[in-house]
Amino acid sequence: MIGCRIAYLVVALLVVAALPVGAQPRAVKIGFVSTLSGGGAALGIDVRDGFNLALRHLGNRLGGLGVEVVVADDEQNPEVARTAVDRMLRRDRVDFVTGIIFSNVLLAVGEMVFANQTFYISPNAGPSEYAGEQCNPFFVNVAWQNDNLHEAMGHHAQLRGYETAFILAPNYPAGRDALNGFKRFYKGRVVSEVYTRLGQLDYSAEIAQIRAARPRAVYAFYPGAMGVNFNKQYAEAGLMREIPLLLPGFSADADIIRAVGRPMVGVFNSSHWALEIFNPINRRFVEDFRRTYNRVPALYAAQGYDAALALDHALRAVGGDLGRRADIRRAILAGFDTTRGRVRFNRNGYPIQDYYLRQVEEQTNGEIVNRLRGTIFRNHGDAYVGRCRL
Amino acid sequence: MPLSLVVEQLLNGLQFGLMLFLLAAGLTLVLGIMDVVNLAHGSLYMIGAYLAATFIGVTGSFWVGAALAVAATAVVGTLLEVSVLRRLYARDHLTQVLATFALILIFNEGVRIVWGPHALLLSVPSELAQPVRVLPDLGYSAYRLTIIGAGLGLAVALFLLIHRTRIGMWVRAGASNRAMAQAMGVPIRQVFTVVFAAGAALCAVAGALLGPILAVQVGMGESILILAFVVVVIGGIGSIKGALLGAIVVGTVDTAGRAFLPMLLVRLASPEVASNLGPALASILIYLLMAIVLFFRPQGLFPVRI
Repeated sequence: MIGCRIAYLVVALLVVAALPVGAQPRAVKIGFVSTLSGGGAALGIDVRDGFNLALRHLGNRLGGLGVEVVVADDEQNPEVARTAVDRMLRRDRVDFVTGIIFSNVLLAVGEMVFANQTFYISPNAGPSEYAGEQCNPFFVNVAWQNDNLHEAMGHHAQLRGYETAFILAPNYPAGRDALNGFKRFYKGRVVSEVYTRLGQLDYSAEIAQIRAARPRAVYAFYPGAMGVNFNKQYAEAGLMREIPLLLPGFSADADIIRAVGRPMVGVFNSSHWALEIFNPINRRFVEDFRRTYNRVPALYAAQGYDAALALDHALRAVGGDLGRRADIRRAILAGFDTTRGRVRFNRNGYPIQDYYLRQVEEQTNGEIVNRLRGTIFRNHGDAYVGRCRL
Repeated sequence: MPLSLVVEQLLNGLQFGLMLFLLAAGLTLVLGIMDVVNLAHGSLYMIGAYLAATFIGVTGSFWVGAALAVAATAVVGTLLEVSVLRRLYARDHLTQVLATFALILIFNEGVRIVWGPHALLLSVPSELAQPVRVLPDLGYSAYRLTIIGAGLGLAVALFLLIHRTRIGMWVRAGASNRAMAQAMGVPIRQVFTVVFAAGAALCAVAGALLGPILAVQVGMGESILILAFVVVVIGGIGSIKGALLGAIVVGTVDTAGRAFLPMLLVRLASPEVASNLGPALASILIYLLMAIVLFFRPQGLFPVRI
């Protein structure tokens, strides 16, 4: 009987020893919180699809480690995001968090992620708060600081010599960053600065004000469904031809063009990324994205793709050792190859890169896309880095 | 202040108000006749908009699609009344609120399952995509003018139906005193099913017409439902005339508040303060209006005569 038990024990031990637990490096766990439903869903879905495409291109490994992604929909609601991130940090024990689209959502969960000494790699939201005094060693934004695209369009408006401008944005952190960014480089007179409710869908009252104010140009930052509606209603009011509409890339990218259609043709917008940026990474990304998802990628998709590239680059630099946190950060900040070429970062975790002028154009095959028209800024950083003590 | 701005904002207010009226009309009758608080009224508006988007996609014609959606939503309304709401008449208001709130969640999740989480996009019919000259210096969206026309037309039709026909007489009788009307031989139960279906159809008209301006998305009914309730309370529960005037007042005040308050505030405070305070005050404005109306006329502006 005793011999029999020992035999069982030996077999059991052999089985346990044969299991791969502890034998191989563990997989890297990524918490992906994004806006996947509601008016901002197009943005979150683009980031997610770009991120997944990069993972596929990397053979589903980041820096040699297997990857496990935990996905949650924040419904563009800070409270929902807090619950999801709390679960990811405590139950799933993720190593990185990424994916958030809206700045108010990120500001609601940021402290929680940083306090847990977990990296937040932002593929989109880039609030000024985390660029200045509240900058944090666990925060990196691979896309831009919130003000950047607006600064570029402000500079362009200044160069074009528009004497007066009417500027609008939703009333939330990124909306205020946007208009501040525009005003930083636009030296003409701002006849009116309007903040609308986040998620507002009818802009008839604002469009009437624009018509009455007779500005030389209108600048409007409206992402997602807000942008679709604003642009459609601006066109239906007959203003597209009367007062030039200047937009940041967020309000004139593939997601918006698909929904608004021909009225968008001719609109100028600013972006850090474009379909035709010439490098092997971008070409592979654009071609494969079109093939895989059957649509033109918006800038958000490129940002999701680049977030995965940042992780791969950093984990490769530390040989897959997730414990070397300072080195992970250092590796990302030193720069890596993205869909926009090689991008370096400031000490606050925000990129230093070029910003372009694009124009919406109808191709001979009937497809409406953004075309590169020139470069507005070279090696442009953000306005807040001086206040960051890192 | 230029005349064109005032005219444009009045047209915007009228357009918004008339759409609110389509929602409030059904709501006020349901509340007035059967004394049922139906929070799921906004869900019928959402269903109408989704069905419109679907039928317009299938038929390729905006007007045919919208008409089909209105008919289909009336059927959904009838089924809802027969299967669920009928069981709630005898219950107290709290039970009705809980049950119809549950219906909101069920409808939202159902729509998410059938149509997915994405917002659906509807385009303005191409023949109405161009602006129309209303004043020498004001080109106003032809589509919004059409909405105003449709809203006014339906308001007149509804007014004639309620005040000039036999079924309208029954509806009015039910709204002023249900027990007495029943004793006089009015088939209240059948009248109510018809009223509920008609209310659902009006919701679908609003959903289909607003679809191209707003976005067809899950939860679109909730935000507008609150305003519809405000309209019902201001206008007087059970009164179609009250719903129409209340809706136009709420629509105009809301639009004017959003447009003019920030402009006034900029003269008094810094742009930063004004831009934060303006939208907040504008959204308080209609509730302030409701409080004032209720203070002077607790029955609403046009109460049903008892």
